[in-house]
Amino acid sequence: MSGHDQFAEDLALYAMDTLKPAEKAALEAHLGGCAECRRELEQLRGDLSLLALSTEGPAPPVRSRQRLLATIAGERQSAPPEKSKPWAWFWLPSLAAAAMALLAFVLWRQNQDLEHQVTALQAKNAQTQGELQKVREVMSLLTSPAAQRFTLVAANAKPQPQAKAVYMASTGQFVLLASNMEQAPAGKAYEVWLLPMSGEAPMPCGMFKPDGKGSAIMVGPGMRQGMEAKGFAITMEDEAGSAVPTPPILMAGTG
Amino acid sequence: MAALRAGDEGAMAALYDRYSSVVYGVALRVLRDSAAAEDVLQDIFLQLWRNPGMFDARRGARGAWLAVVARHRSIDALRKQRPADELPETVAVNMDLEHGAARRRVVEKIRAILQNVPQAQRSALEMAFFEGMTHSEIAEKTGEPLGTVKTRIRTALITLRKAFAE
Repeated sequence: MSGHDQFAEDLALYAMDTLKPAEKAALEAHLGGCAECRRELEQLRGDLSLLALSTEGPAPPVRSRQRLLATIAGERQSAPPEKSKPWAWFWLPSLAAAAMALLAFVLWRQNQDLEHQVTALQAKNAQTQGELQKVREVMSLLTSPAAQRFTLVAANAKPQPQAKAVYMASTGQFVLLASNMEQAPAGKAYEVWLLPMSGEAPMPCGMFKPDGKGSAIMVGPGMRQGMEAKGFAITMEDEAGSAVPTPPILMAGTG
Repeated sequence: MAALRAGDEGAMAALYDRYSSVVYGVALRVLRDSAAAEDVLQDIFLQLWRNPGMFDARRGARGAWLAVVARHRSIDALRKQRPADELPETVAVNMDLEHGAARRRVVEKIRAILQNVPQAQRSALEMAFFEGMTHSEIAEKTGEPLGTVKTRIRTALITLRKAFAE
């Protein structure tokens, strides 16, 4: 028996949907690859339609027609799908415009905030730049060889060597301004010492030689942060510097 | 059909007037209850109204296709099962079933052919088609072997086909 013969009789039952599930599945598997059986199935459906047509005779009750048309009219009035589209299309541009307007407003607010932040940063930056410029000007003035330096003392008093040390323990920054200093001998230089509050040994802060007028400005290298100073002292050392102060202490000052 | 797709109630009424007796006749034959047959009639035409695209001329003559749809929906109702989502595909019938006079002639011809089909074949075919019985159920009811029932059903249909084509 060929494949077609095997399924030929089942095709009519399949067309009437009276096959058992297993038989139906087997036939459908065969139909998938058999054009001849698919054509025969269509033909059998045609045969069955003739059988169905043989029943035509009695007309349905008039109320059935009225019921159908009333249902259709009700559907058109309640929720006709054709009318939902115009509604949607009518509102869609407005909804889109509203969404765009809202988006534009949000972006405008964000832009405003950013502009305010930029303006604030610019103002702060300008202030910082201004302060920095003042510091530069002061430093330039203090360190310029062309600047004239005067030490004012009591009238008729002989000018004395002076040094002012400015120190900030929290940052370790150090500046020393000296005036009326005697010239250092050849091969020698003044060395500045920090006298720790803790009682530790004096710490070297740097070397300097006064200019021809006895003035000197020293911006010290950063000291160890947090080192509290009891005072500062100055000694004369070899130009190479010393790890410990060499007596005598020429100048000293405590806070 | 374009008017039906456009939601023309008049087109739907015309379609109903043309084919309602086909659908109702099948439903009444299967269900043997006028109220149940009316429900099937309503369901099918409402489905057509909601989805006119399913009523495709490429499926075959519309009257023939609707007759097969009516049979399947009626069997579903008879079995008290949910109507199948699938609709019958192509029905290989191409003839004028739209016009009342032509269709009446077709129906008379079919009835005449069926009258000449051997009673055992015709009975087996009608039990399967109009009552939705499986060949096992038919075999049990008639006392015939399964193979015989299958053969009788197929032979009856081939006889109808050949006689109608003459």
